[in-house]
Amino acid sequence: MLVAETELMPAAEPSRAPAAPAVSIESLNAWFGSVHAVRGVDLAVGHHEVTAIIGPSGCGKSTLLRCINRMHETVPGARVTGSIRLAGRDMYAPGTNAIAVRRHVGMVFQRPTPFPTMSIRENVAAGLKVLKGSDRPSRSETAEIVERALQRAALWDEVKDRLGAPATGLSGGQQQRLCIARALATEPEVLLLDEPTASLDPISTQRVEELVYELRRDMTVVIVTHNMQQAARVSDRTVFMLAGEMVEVAPTRALFMAPGDPRTEAYITGRFG
Amino acid sequence: MTDHAAPGAADERGTGSAPAIEGAAVGDRIYRGAITVFAICIPLLLLLIAIEVGIAAWPALREFGFGFLSSSTWDPVEGNFGAGPAIAGTLITSVIALLIATPLALGAAIFISEFAPAWLRTPVAFVMDLLAAIPSVVYGLWGIFVLVPILRTHIMPFLADTLGLGRFGLFSGPAYGNSVLAAGLILAVMVLPYITAVAREVLLAVPRSQREAALALGATRWEMISGAVLPYAKVGILGGVILGLGRALGETMAVTMVIGNRHDFTTSLFAPGYTMASLIANEFTEATKDIHLSALMAVGFVLFVITLIVNAIARWLVWRVSRGQGA
Amino acid sequence: MTGVPTTRRPTGSFAVRAARTVRRRSVLSGAMIALTYTAAILAMVPLVLILGYLIVKGAGAISLDFFTQMPRPVGEPGGGMANAIVGTLILVGVASAIGLPVGIGAGLYLAEYRTSRLATLVRFLSDVLNGLPSIVMGIFAWQILVRPFGKFSAMAGGVALGAMMIPLVTRTTEEMVRTVPNTLREAALALGYPQWRVSLTIVLRTALAGIVTGALVAVARIAGETAPLLFTALGNNFWSTSLWEPIAALPLQIFTYANTPYDEWRTLAFGGALVLIAIILIISIVARLVTGRRHAGGGD
Repeated sequence: MLVAETELMPAAEPSRAPAAPAVSIESLNAWFGSVHAVRGVDLAVGHHEVTAIIGPSGCGKSTLLRCINRMHETVPGARVTGSIRLAGRDMYAPGTNAIAVRRHVGMVFQRPTPFPTMSIRENVAAGLKVLKGSDRPSRSETAEIVERALQRAALWDEVKDRLGAPATGLSGGQQQRLCIARALATEPEVLLLDEPTASLDPISTQRVEELVYELRRDMTVVIVTHNMQQAARVSDRTVFMLAGEMVEVAPTRALFMAPGDPRTEAYITGRFG
Repeated sequence: MTDHAAPGAADERGTGSAPAIEGAAVGDRIYRGAITVFAICIPLLLLLIAIEVGIAAWPALREFGFGFLSSSTWDPVEGNFGAGPAIAGTLITSVIALLIATPLALGAAIFISEFAPAWLRTPVAFVMDLLAAIPSVVYGLWGIFVLVPILRTHIMPFLADTLGLGRFGLFSGPAYGNSVLAAGLILAVMVLPYITAVAREVLLAVPRSQREAALALGATRWEMISGAVLPYAKVGILGGVILGLGRALGETMAVTMVIGNRHDFTTSLFAPGYTMASLIANEFTEATKDIHLSALMAVGFVLFVITLIVNAIARWLVWRVSRGQGA
Repeated sequence: MTGVPTTRRPTGSFAVRAARTVRRRSVLSGAMIALTYTAAILAMVPLVLILGYLIVKGAGAISLDFFTQMPRPVGEPGGGMANAIVGTLILVGVASAIGLPVGIGAGLYLAEYRTSRLATLVRFLSDVLNGLPSIVMGIFAWQILVRPFGKFSAMAGGVALGAMMIPLVTRTTEEMVRTVPNTLREAALALGYPQWRVSLTIVLRTALAGIVTGALVAVARIAGETAPLLFTALGNNFWSTSLWEPIAALPLQIFTYANTPYDEWRTLAFGGALVLIAIILIISIVARLVTGRRHAGGGD
């Protein structure tokens, strides 16, 4: 076992949230040109839970994630079939606007991407600028939102005195937390994290993981990670993907202690990956 | 029918408000349309130049036909024009410039790409960029007050008498200084940085593996360059040379200031002459008759067409190299 | 005991022949290398000569008067090139009003639609346009803006210069926009930014320093052009700022004064040339610093 029992999260409490899944993925297929990256995935992501997606490189986990907020189609030659429902509404229904989808789903990428010409404050508020007319907050409201987002991202204390400073002056770990704050500012219901600690040092990684663990109180989190221990530490449920297919999904503890599928077991015990 | 989905609302996710959708799509369309319009301005501009200059040139071209290109008569009084000497002068000065500049440029480019230590590369490249940025009129200024007098008092007598080349028609005649040779020399200096810049980039792009393979076979440094690097880069370098040619063909001010401005088929480098560009520059504001103006426009049109073709060839060659293949 | 057979080197093999000629080939190699050093030095000599000459001859003319005074009649000492300097500024202004929007717009288009057929065509034609002789631009502007109205004007000169600016600005804009990492675009898209907003507020803003620098370099280049102005702006010995009248310009004035026999005017010409080169030098250095630092900073 590559994951020690002590690393696993405490067994999840019975959920008080509504039973309906936050994200419901049905028969999802995705292509890059002729490469079939995601094959027929059906997945229900629980409400106010952290769901981790693990698997070897190239298994399609990032692609699956990016389908949830319709980012996959921004790549030329990309194609998606199937449906993904957020709170019951199909994101891929004809006539649905991808941009509107993305305003309700937050995403944090593998490498920190603060906007280099903007200050810390402006970065966090960047997502607010594209809200429509009456939704757009006033100046004072924006300041509150920025502060709240930075607090939730555990960055407020470090930057509260220099909100006007360029965002590029922050360290790597701080920048990534800034990106998380930026995603949180628009109060998404679902937050997608694509290997968020891949380029961070261990201490920053730990802080981000603590953050993710806390966030599940207010929102649904889906995190893609190549680090099984990380999945074990932060997630309630874990999905294992291989070659575009979803092999198994189970509560994290169960998946790591007693995987159902032999392929899952092979991956978890380090036989490949 | 607009449902504004406020962030935080549990219902009404996803589609957002109808105007928001349209707003984004309209914004995208306007943006794309605008940049496309701006982009199309470029081919349109080129077309417009061709048309307008062509229209103005037409009367003269129709009147004199193809003989315009070879005739040496230039008689504003009689209304008889031929651009032969100007075209010849353009070609001769450009050839002189290339003959002098190409070896120097190639040597400098090889120096920069093969021998210069890394810290020296940037300053030398910077010096080359500066040379390219000096305005033509400043070169001409220097030409009038420095180059021409030196030619007149030192270099031309040296070539004619000391070296004894004076017996050849090419170096015969009185040495006034203002001459085809002066124009060729100044063009060489002006064209040098362009050829160097292209050659330098092309040489730097030759993969290390080529160099290492040659050295591993026991080649000397020079043999590696001449045997492995240069052949690989030769198409690109040729493109650079032709680019330099394109520049030389169209240079106006520096040439006007040192060439002497005389209509004649010259057989001697020491004699004054004309290029198409300097002809136009010199006579345009003096031309009163319509046919005179049209003749000058016709010269301009010929220049336009020639430089268009030369530049197109040069760009195509350089483009071929940057696409990834070698010689 | 017979010994181990020795390996005998056959004479005349390549290795032997090569070894024999190593000396000669090394000497040749060294000679050619020395030649390239010489070539490089020779190539840089003209810049030093020209700059040095200008400084010597022109420094004397540079004073506050140079920038504020009008030229004096022949024979009178002093005077300046104020009208030419202002004229150049006005011409550059008109040219930029044309060249910058079209150039930046086209550059954005090329960066966005990188390999489309129209983009390839536009890129190619832009380079071709770049190589056109400036005098052709001049007669073009004359044909459309001087001839129909029967008078020379600053506007015509500005249009000619503006047309020359377009390909320069297009190329640098495209290059700078291409340096913006795709991850930034994705981050903005993920926040729900529409594509046009990503391009204008994120991408453009990030590339702005480089684009502005490119624009400055283009301005420096056209500020020194004379040929397109010969029969459009024409030049003006008097003070004029009108767009519809002939106007003085620094390079034009340099050209005119250079061809006169009067020392005072010639000195002014040298002074003007020095000022021109100084401006170009400063802008070139700034450009290198701004864009050089970007390249050194590396990608993301």
